[in-house]
Amino acid sequence: MPPQPFPTLHRMGEASLLLEFSDHLSMPVNAAVLAFRAAVEAASWLGVAETATSLKSVFLRFDPDLIDHTTVEDHVQALLASRDWLAEGLPHHRRLWRIPAVFGGDHGPQLDEAAAMAGLSADAAVAAIAQTRLRVLTIGFAPGLPYLGRLPEAFDIPRKTELNPAVPKGGLGLAIRQMVMFPVETQTGWRWIAQAAFDGFRQHGATPFALNAGDEILYRPVSAMEFDDVIAGLETGQDAMAEVLP
Amino acid sequence: MNAALRIIEAGPGLSLQDYGRPGFLANGLSRGGAMDPLALAEGAALMLMPAGDALAIEMAGVGGRFRAEGAALLIALSGAPMVAELDGVRLPWPGSFLLPKGAELKIGGALAGSYGYLSVAGLQAPRVLGARSAHLAGGIGARLATGAVLPCTPAPNPGGLKLMPEDRFGGGTIRILPSAQTDQFSAGMLARFEATEFTKDARASRMGARMAHDGEGFSQAEHLAILSEIIVPGDIQVIGDGAPFVLLPECQSMGGYPRIATVISADLARVAQASPGAPIRFRFVPLAEALAARRTAALHRKSLPDGVVSRVRNPADIPDLLSYQLVGGVISAIHEPED
Repeated sequence: MPPQPFPTLHRMGEASLLLEFSDHLSMPVNAAVLAFRAAVEAASWLGVAETATSLKSVFLRFDPDLIDHTTVEDHVQALLASRDWLAEGLPHHRRLWRIPAVFGGDHGPQLDEAAAMAGLSADAAVAAIAQTRLRVLTIGFAPGLPYLGRLPEAFDIPRKTELNPAVPKGGLGLAIRQMVMFPVETQTGWRWIAQAAFDGFRQHGATPFALNAGDEILYRPVSAMEFDDVIAGLETGQDAMAEVLP
Repeated sequence: MNAALRIIEAGPGLSLQDYGRPGFLANGLSRGGAMDPLALAEGAALMLMPAGDALAIEMAGVGGRFRAEGAALLIALSGAPMVAELDGVRLPWPGSFLLPKGAELKIGGALAGSYGYLSVAGLQAPRVLGARSAHLAGGIGARLATGAVLPCTPAPNPGGLKLMPEDRFGGGTIRILPSAQTDQFSAGMLARFEATEFTKDARASRMGARMAHDGEGFSQAEHLAILSEIIVPGDIQVIGDGAPFVLLPECQSMGGYPRIATVISADLARVAQASPGAPIRFRFVPLAEALAARRTAALHRKSLPDGVVSRVRNPADIPDLLSYQLVGGVISAIHEPED
């Protein structure tokens, strides 16, 4: 196949479009995706029922009885041409979360292995992770499951070939310069390095999904004892700290 | 005691289903909902209830045993026809019935298709994110288990109605459209995909159904390094062993496998409902045909109440009375032999 020019607009069946900004992930590509989706939401075209983003694309679902494919495509192309999306910067009103997490030990049994693969001591790996403002690149696979990135290049380590049978709720997995934070107990090939005190899917709560793509997270390493206190606080409604970014 | 349906014995795949929760893809949640939404609307029509509020027990492959408690209940059976008995008397399918207080309804295996539906008038369940359906993969709700007591309302009418179901249980030709990665498959590969006779693999769930076939798979080397992308029900992924896998309403929100095509909405329930081993072929159609089929399906759903008739024939409608054997006595809506 010849290389495709990007961004590329694809039809996905009878009621959806996918605007792909690249075939690989980069922070600028992901920022463009988030900015473009925010602009589509703000435009609120009649008949567009839903938008979402992946690492590198914007998805639109519409009602073909209200708006036809070519009209949605014309809207998208016009918006695309209206500015340089790779230079647009991230949308406003994202949030920065500070979330306590226990690294290593029973809360992250594969920390040492992941650190060694990154050529670091466990302490140095935790320090490097705690210093990185991680962006919620996308949310997917499971409800409220964020993909966070990106970590320094040293952390470009592959996923395990065998699965961890049961990483608990709040478990942090690491691979390919990204982390994932599991909202429920999950089987995964990501190396389990820590457990965060965070409820990513509160299905009976007023705000079922706390995180949005584009939000940022700083993990604060805590002791297992402090973690237990924070978890107890979560159960009584005290949440992780969030501030709105300008 | 309040009106309720008790599950005396649950089959392995029972869950409450409505039309699902569209709109949460950005949060990682697929729309979920009934595998065969038409069956929900049929159940509602058979009970003379509005289709928009429909909620039913979806039964994968086999039903279970149920009892009416606290009052007589109005129920409807729709979707994949199953062997159903009310206090030992066989019930026709689809249809609506009065379940007298204390009566036992037994629903066995599917005679054709995969998902049967038991609707109960006034069935109640809590809403999560705006819907009452269980999304098992997403951790919302749970399978219905033996001993569950489902609150509902006393029967508002005696049932006794039937309709002509649309045949969607035997597989057949499934219409498809291109998806985001279709142009990454060679023309030869796409032609072979359309020419191949598949069978529905027994390994199917609410998340998706694998299509089995003899011969080469549909993987291309350049697809190995594909980055995960948003997926929607109907998309046909080519999984690691080269087999097509049709994503169903409870699929994940993203997938890392290339997608060769997507099933049009009007035909998706045919894939979900096809019996294990049923033959399936895929055929690309123009967008206009897919949209026309979508509108036809919506009109059909809306017109279901017009097609509902009493199972007890009105003698005035029968042209030659003498050719029928008229059984003496009242024909009960409940204790009625198969039509």
